Amino acid sequence: MSDHKTMTLTLIVWRQKNANDPGKFETYTAKNITEHHSFLEMLDCVNEDLIHAGKDPIVFDHDCREGICGMCSQVINGAPHGGQDRTTVCQLHMRKFKDGDTIYIEPWRARAFPIVRDLIVDRSALDKIIQAGGYTSCHTGGVADGNAILIPKPVADEAMDAAECVGCGACVAGCPNGAAMLFTSAKVSQLAILPQGKGEAATRVKNMTNAMTECGFGNCTNHYECMAACPKGINVKFIARMNREFLKAQFA
Amino acid sequence: MILDGKCPTGPIEQTWDKHRFDLKLVNPANKRKYNVIVVGTGLAGGAAAASLGELGYNVQAFCYQDSPRRAHSIAAQGGINAAKNYPNDGDSIYRLFYDTIKGGDFRAREADVWRLAQVSNNIIDQCVAQGVPFGRDYAGYLDNRSFGGAQVSRTFFARGQTGQQLLLGAYSALSRQIKLGSVKMYDRREMLDLVVVDGVARGITVRNLVTGEMESYAADAVCLATGGYVNVFYLSTNAMGCSVTANWKAHKKGAFFANPCYTQIHPTCIPQAGDYQSKLTLMSESLRNDGRVWVPKKKEDCGKHPGDIAEDDRDYYLERKYPSYGNLAPRDIASRAAKEQCDDGRGVGPGGRGVYLDFGDSIKRLGADTIKERYGNLFEMYEKITDEDGYKRPMRMYPAPHYSMGGLWVDYNLMSNIPGLFVLGEANFSVHGANRLGASALMQGLADGYFVIPYTIGGYLATVKPGQVKTDHPEFKKCEEDVKAEQNKMLGINGKKTVFEFMREVGGLMWENCGMARTKESLEINLKKIPALREEFWKNVKVTGSGSELNQQLENAGRTADFLEFSELMCRDALHRNESCGGHFRSEYQDAGEAQRDDVNFCYVGAWEYKGVGKEPELHKEPLKFDNVHLAVRSYK
Amino acid sequence: MQLTSSSIGRKILMAITGQAMVLFAVVHLLGNSSIFGWLNGGINAYAEHLHSMPLPIIIGFRLALLAIVCVHIWFGIQLTIENRGGRPQQYAVKSTQKATFASENMIWTGSLIALFLIYHLAHFTFQVISPETAALKNLVPLHNEMVPNVLGMVVAGFKNFFVSFIYAGAMVALFLHLSHGIQSFFQTMGWSCDKSQPLLVKFGTLVALGLFLGYVTIPLTIFAGILKG
Ligand SMILES: Cc1cc2nc3c(=O)[nH]c(=O)nc-3n(C[C@H](O)[C@H](O)[C@H](O)COP(=O)(O)OP(=O)(O)OC[C@H]3O[C@@H](n4cnc5c(N)ncnc54)[C@H](O)[C@@H]3O)c2cc1C
Ligand code: HEM
Ligand code: SF4
Ligand code: FES
Repeated sequence: MSDHKTMTLTLIVWRQKNANDPGKFETYTAKNITEHHSFLEMLDCVNEDLIHAGKDPIVFDHDCREGICGMCSQVINGAPHGGQDRTTVCQLHMRKFKDGDTIYIEPWRARAFPIVRDLIVDRSALDKIIQAGGYTSCHTGGVADGNAILIPKPVADEAMDAAECVGCGACVAGCPNGAAMLFTSAKVSQLAILPQGKGEAATRVKNMTNAMTECGFGNCTNHYECMAACPKGINVKFIARMNREFLKAQFA
Repeated sequence: MILDGKCPTGPIEQTWDKHRFDLKLVNPANKRKYNVIVVGTGLAGGAAAASLGELGYNVQAFCYQDSPRRAHSIAAQGGINAAKNYPNDGDSIYRLFYDTIKGGDFRAREADVWRLAQVSNNIIDQCVAQGVPFGRDYAGYLDNRSFGGAQVSRTFFARGQTGQQLLLGAYSALSRQIKLGSVKMYDRREMLDLVVVDGVARGITVRNLVTGEMESYAADAVCLATGGYVNVFYLSTNAMGCSVTANWKAHKKGAFFANPCYTQIHPTCIPQAGDYQSKLTLMSESLRNDGRVWVPKKKEDCGKHPGDIAEDDRDYYLERKYPSYGNLAPRDIASRAAKEQCDDGRGVGPGGRGVYLDFGDSIKRLGADTIKERYGNLFEMYEKITDEDGYKRPMRMYPAPHYSMGGLWVDYNLMSNIPGLFVLGEANFSVHGANRLGASALMQGLADGYFVIPYTIGGYLATVKPGQVKTDHPEFKKCEEDVKAEQNKMLGINGKKTVFEFMREVGGLMWENCGMARTKESLEINLKKIPALREEFWKNVKVTGSGSELNQQLENAGRTADFLEFSELMCRDALHRNESCGGHFRSEYQDAGEAQRDDVNFCYVGAWEYKGVGKEPELHKEPLKFDNVHLAVRSYK
Repeated sequence: MQLTSSSIGRKILMAITGQAMVLFAVVHLLGNSSIFGWLNGGINAYAEHLHSMPLPIIIGFRLALLAIVCVHIWFGIQLTIENRGGRPQQYAVKSTQKATFASENMIWTGSLIALFLIYHLAHFTFQVISPETAALKNLVPLHNEMVPNVLGMVVAGFKNFFVSFIYAGAMVALFLHLSHGIQSFFQTMGWSCDKSQPLLVKFGTLVALGLFLGYVTIPLTIFAGILKG
């Protein structure tokens, strides 16, 4: 454990009352922050000061604060989730910053993610993509024994690699085109890799990618910014796989 | 009043099958005429909404997050139990049943637990069919790990993210129904009241968290699957938004609250670092498969680097005290043992609130790669938070509030004492007694959602005419106005203390005086201080902004106000239960550190009826009968 | 048809047409390199060989190339416009981690290439830029036949600094375009995985570099006076 020296930081935060407000940056000072504060706890402290001063606190999405619910969503100095490898904003700690730093905090920016308020955006488009086909059409009950389908470890592991996506949307926020390819491909791949999902693979990839476009996401130009932004290390190989599934589906 | 759980009788193996046969059915063509509300889209609510939609009911589902996929079930790491006996190590439905009853310290209903054990196997099959990528071996068979409180390996897992994968499975099934139109999903909505008309649950009042508008929804049945209430301790492993609110509002409308004092303190969480801290992070119990728990034998060693403490100077207290279960002793026992060591002055880390979880031996035996393969993501998580490398230096752990065994009282059909109000998952009290075994909550949530409620709700709906009450009924308007009035009151106080400050304070009181160990005195302190704090809240809280916009302060203020009432009930329940059992440890009732149950006087479910704020609630008892397991002192030695 | 309407479908068409042009560029370079004399009769012989093919084949080939270019340009512009709308408001701080100058400017490098193609065709195919050196009008003997003097036309052209400069500049654009485009082709077609992807990036850049060096050598050596007519 290291000592509790404190830092003072300048925050430049995007404030926007609602979807119709044009929004603007406001500057705040975060005081008495230790390196053990998480980034969100640092914002909590700033908010407490704002409330005491009778001002509206900064609103941001968060829930689990342990990097798994996918709710937190902030672009810090231009990088979704702050740019630390495999880390969500809520897992980011202030030891990554220095006393006196200036930090820009912005919401996810993409056409498909309208801003709700301050740092909160509407990500229901991601749900719509899943609704278009991110499932196997099995019914509750009446399924085979879990061991009736053998799935060797390497296959199960690869499916799990894809399944780790937390649906945060950082890939979209990081993509200059606002594309949702990484998110969509993670689900398409998980279910295309597993035998359970193969039956519907062709319709799934067609429907999910159509939904992607309908929701207003851009197209992929293989910048791979999504992979850099992804807190779960989802690899762009899954985008390649989705493209392959898509091609296959044209002939199915 | 003596409560009746309406459990089927006869040989326990046949109870569920017989009951399913006895339940009335709703004609398939009539199902779409019935509206069902499901509040919560975690494992319990998500599975229920999907399955009910599939059956043909008209379902309306609600959650407070921006997507049903984010319910806190997502955070479960370790695994889910099932009595598959794939490893051939002697498991069976009976053994899972027995372990759960015993693990719960004989404070759960036999029939409910039997049903849970029976359907546990179907859950695994269901999840596999959905595409949940469970851990497998090289031949392709499902893999298992061991969890606390069991001597068989029956825990199925998906890396360190089992809850996430199971929830995404339920979410995918739910998404399919949303697309098909059988489920209508309302996200960013918080349920703030239950609408009861003529003693029957008829709908809910919710706040649209984006616009601030109050909305009313009517239905023929309401299912609450709103999770647990351990955020009453402020710092817990729950998500920031987890609250008792939905349950508490239902309680205030007449639903009995059962066993609120049964809360689980998880033994392996990352210790608190400072008072600004907002939550605690759990490290999966599965770590105890390969990690050994110890503290220094000598107080003067506590400040040393753990590597400098000789093997002989380490006290592997769990192995010492519970040789047959060792590091895999059940949670309540392991937590209490950790507290004991720290109270004895042998804790490590800041404030002496920590014990070591040491992987040194396992790394020597299995190699760092194997350990990394098994727990890599947990080590990563630990390092992100503490900046320490768990491979090189033992992790520091301390118990933290984690799960609530108590919840709204329900009968065998998962229906509360209010007709038409069903309660599922962690929100009800049903199967875990006074202590839950690891990997059993996921099992319960999915059992309730996939395999219990689809049958039992039919039994109820078959007896009622659909659509009797609509949102134009005056009661809906009244509920909306009551909620608005309460919010306006909070907004109008404009006091000096923030909501967080109140929550921190009540949480602190609860942790101090109603936490891992409780005494008559400590509880009485709380019963004085909490009402005073509540009073102060209603005079001195400061909530900025207005009610007609997205206002997180207002959301938190409402949740805190409910915790300020609920915490009192919890203390009252703890005070009345003059025994120690499972997660409820009354220091007065112990036998050399082990919980001392009183089966003569307390072998019952304590369900409380609300009588008004600050008024003494009325206790109703449901006696517990054990016909299939022998009531015994729970021993893990 | 999903190929022409969907997001990935159009990308696949871009990739296939792009890659077809890469193949053309490779073959074209091999042919052009005959200027260095490895073919008996040099580039004039090579050009004559091409022209002596049956007319339908030549026309068919040209139409196919034209179609490929048009499809590539059409969807390139369409997708780029759509993508510009994908993020209507930019971040205050720009911090790209993986995107490159090349990947971010495909439309501009592509457009430069398109302009260049027009110029290039006007220069060497339709021979209207400097009619006095047009190969078609200046026949030279080759293996007992009179053939157009392509070598003369090329050398005369590249002796001019501006012409050489235009060609070299276009080749820089081509290099940038392909340093992203070639690996992008494999990704878009789904022919890459986590292990091959970084290798494909290197491979693409190498091929692009090869084409660049190959193509600039011609104007460069001529302008520098190393290669003489
Ligand atoms: C860190 C952690 C690790 C765990 N690990 C394990 C494990 O390994 N194995 C195991 O078996 N169990 C584990 N558990 C326990 C288990 O995860 C939970 O008990 C279980 O998932 C609860 O599921 P649920 O569906 O009842 O509630 P939740 O998943 O909590 O869902 C609650 C739902 O209700 C909604 N909601 C709540 N209040 C309202 C309201 N007022 N209005 C509208 N919506 C509302 C929420 O939006 C959410 O959708 C763990 C728990 C935690 C916290
Ligand atoms: C004629 C003018 C041209 C224009 C306007 C143009 C434009 C574009 C654009 C906008 C892209 C998409 C960028 C992306 O997805 O990242 C692209 C991709 C590509 N281009 Fe071009 N280009 C042109 C010429 C060429 C030429 C001459 C070649 C080959 C010699 C070529 C090869 C490619 C390749 C291989 C790709 C990658 C396809 C993919 O993304 O998978 N292009 N081009
Ligand atoms: S792919 Fe990664 S960045 Fe995109 S939604 Fe999933 S977890 Fe977030
Ligand atoms: S708050 Fe859940 S992932 Fe960050």
